[in-house]
Amino acid sequence: MTTTTNTPDTQAAAATSVADATQPNAYAGGSTSADRRLSQLDALEAEAILVIREMAGELERPALLFSGGKDSVVMLHLATKAFWPAPIPFPVLHVDTGHNFPEVLAYRDETVERLGLRLVVASVQDYIDDGRLRERADGTRNPLQTVPLLDAINDNRFDGVFGGGRRDEEKARAKERIVSLRDEFGQWDPKNQRPELWNLFNPRHRPGEHVRVFPISNWTEVDIWRYIDREDIPLAPLYYAHEREVFRRDGMWLAVGPVSRPRDDEPTSTRLVRYRTVGDMSCTGAVDSPARTNAEIVLEVAASTLTERGATRADDRISEAAMEDRKKEGYF
Amino acid sequence: MSASTQTTPVLDPAAVAGAGRGTLLRLATAGSVDDGKSTLVGRLLHDTKSVLSDQLAAVERVSRDRGLTAADLALLTDGLRAEREQGITIDVAYRYFATATRSFVLADCPGHVQYTRNTVTGSSTADVVVLLVDARKGVLEQTRRHLAVTALLRVPHVVVAVNKIDLVDFSQEVYDRVEAEVQAVARELGVVDAIAIPVSALDGDNIAERSSRTPWYSGPSLLELLEALPPSDDPAHESFRLPVQLVIRPQGAARDEAHRDYRGYAGQVATGVVRVGDDVVALPSGRRTTVVGIDLGERTLDEAFAPQSVTLRLADEIDISRGDVIAAAVDAPEPTQDIKAVVCWLGDAPLRPGQRLLLKHGSRTVQTAVRTLDGVLDLDDLHAVPSEALSLNDIGLVTLRLAAPVPVENYSVSRRGGSFLLIDAHDGRTVAAGMVGATLPTAAAAPTEPEGDEEWEI
Repeated sequence: MTTTTNTPDTQAAAATSVADATQPNAYAGGSTSADRRLSQLDALEAEAILVIREMAGELERPALLFSGGKDSVVMLHLATKAFWPAPIPFPVLHVDTGHNFPEVLAYRDETVERLGLRLVVASVQDYIDDGRLRERADGTRNPLQTVPLLDAINDNRFDGVFGGGRRDEEKARAKERIVSLRDEFGQWDPKNQRPELWNLFNPRHRPGEHVRVFPISNWTEVDIWRYIDREDIPLAPLYYAHEREVFRRDGMWLAVGPVSRPRDDEPTSTRLVRYRTVGDMSCTGAVDSPARTNAEIVLEVAASTLTERGATRADDRISEAAMEDRKKEGYF
Repeated sequence: MSASTQTTPVLDPAAVAGAGRGTLLRLATAGSVDDGKSTLVGRLLHDTKSVLSDQLAAVERVSRDRGLTAADLALLTDGLRAEREQGITIDVAYRYFATATRSFVLADCPGHVQYTRNTVTGSSTADVVVLLVDARKGVLEQTRRHLAVTALLRVPHVVVAVNKIDLVDFSQEVYDRVEAEVQAVARELGVVDAIAIPVSALDGDNIAERSSRTPWYSGPSLLELLEALPPSDDPAHESFRLPVQLVIRPQGAARDEAHRDYRGYAGQVATGVVRVGDDVVALPSGRRTTVVGIDLGERTLDEAFAPQSVTLRLADEIDISRGDVIAAAVDAPEPTQDIKAVVCWLGDAPLRPGQRLLLKHGSRTVQTAVRTLDGVLDLDDLHAVPSEALSLNDIGLVTLRLAAPVPVENYSVSRRGGSFLLIDAHDGRTVAAGMVGATLPTAAAAPTEPEGDEEWEI
């Protein structure tokens, strides 16, 4: 047993000697070559590609949710790597709220074109127009996406849907499996989830059920930005600092636009802002930011004292369990 | 609750931004219900400045609404409605935190008896398990069960956090007694290198920094220890294996003309290292060939190592399809149709001999029949006893017959090559976690070690 003296400035030394005492083999073997240890980003990339390939192998008809937002863009990039030099062997699905930022829709179409993908659009506006859905009192359409999403899954007989959900986003998502079963009504049962063991993923299900697959579950917002920076992935321009006419509501800067009009008591101003998330324009806020490059955004996100949803999503502030309730009904 | 909980965390942007350059350590918690796991996790997140101000404000608001005088850090991870209502953790929650040198993925696993399968889930990918033990209660049934799972799953490192040390007046005598008790059980189960730390998750003693309230303890704080643990073995010490997930053959759909004749075998390097020029063998066919190229997306590599996801190009067009394993030619495993294994049974309906199931190993799924049930682990005295069936949460020894040969390896040699799932073919549920070649202790347990065992004193 190694004797340890314990003073505050010898903490590291003490930690080592304790370890030496109890785990001689693990600690003495300093022969591991540093170049054969994956960095955090490489480890996350390898895990995501493993999941994407495995589901492509196991499922009959998967689709990938693609909104044009940063997480789904990273998903597409990973899928491109997973199958290279073959094309991505499944379509992409967008649930269009009708409240999208025009820049994001333009980016979506451009990306689909560039990668030669088949795009399936489920339109919330269509559902509202023919009366299958009704506009909510608060005007937000994020919760209205569930029914068109589930119908698109049924109509196209998709048996698996890849999503860009991350566990660090929200505490209900923190409970999510990488491969997560949905029943015939699209419902998530958080109390009855499948054990997910080693790197063995099991998407088997009964007819009518499907799985949601979250290959970037273990990525954080900073990981996403560091990866976008490293891989030089093009994004919609509104993620970077730009001047925009905005007004203050619920502690957020909302863009002045067709679905987000200021009331009389909400003065507008032009500010240098960027978006941390892109969603329904009526409830997605911009943040004050001078960050014009990926590297600047990495530093900004790392320094932020707010979560991305806390800073930018009015709908997630409704209640402590807003996301859980939406997910149980079949939301992403 | 200490005053530090009230302060707004200040992140170190350089540390967070640079965290991706460091290594990733996967951590799982375990321990009996009420031993304070969620509080410990909340404390780790808080003390590493990983809790952002809106999250902390939400926790403080809910705590206030419930009439608590200080923030209940367990609310940081107990995110589901039912968890908050019942004050318990129901499902594994994954959380992320980073220090200047390392990033952590933390699986917070419930201790409630009916949710032991979640501890299996969390432990199966963990580099280290932090086992919580209540200093007032010592080893409980769940503690034994979780240690048994940890030992079986061969989690590389086990840390025993003897929690609520504040509630026993920071008594060294109590700590020594509990530690000796835990270590005795751990050694019976085959965990020979558990490291114990006295902590108060509620107050933060010995979590991020060493506590002045345990002057008799000379070891590291929990976070110091986690930062110092080696993440994984050098892949060069293992044999190369790659389960083939997909055959990439774009033909006319190739992204460019130059790749029309491309033929590659995509998969994650499960273990070991592969280099261009290496002789490999396809299993179960046994055909040999040579690696002529390694691709990661558009990048071409000279070598790939675990756990990289790559695509291999081979010299010969041999018959390889999804589910096959490409292995180093020198010491390839022998495919077999007969397996002895220990399984953690996770199904609601019991397992009985004669039952037919699916077995997933790597990227291959085959039919299997349970030939015999050779014993079940009795968690009171930790040895195998005869049984007619395995019930939910039981750990048992089984003999399986497979419908086709599979190149399994001994789990003690390779966590990746020796692990498998058992799946109910009817509804697709995962009903067991299996470990090839693992065994259960057959002799009755030795009597508990005396207090203050010298070997384990820190």
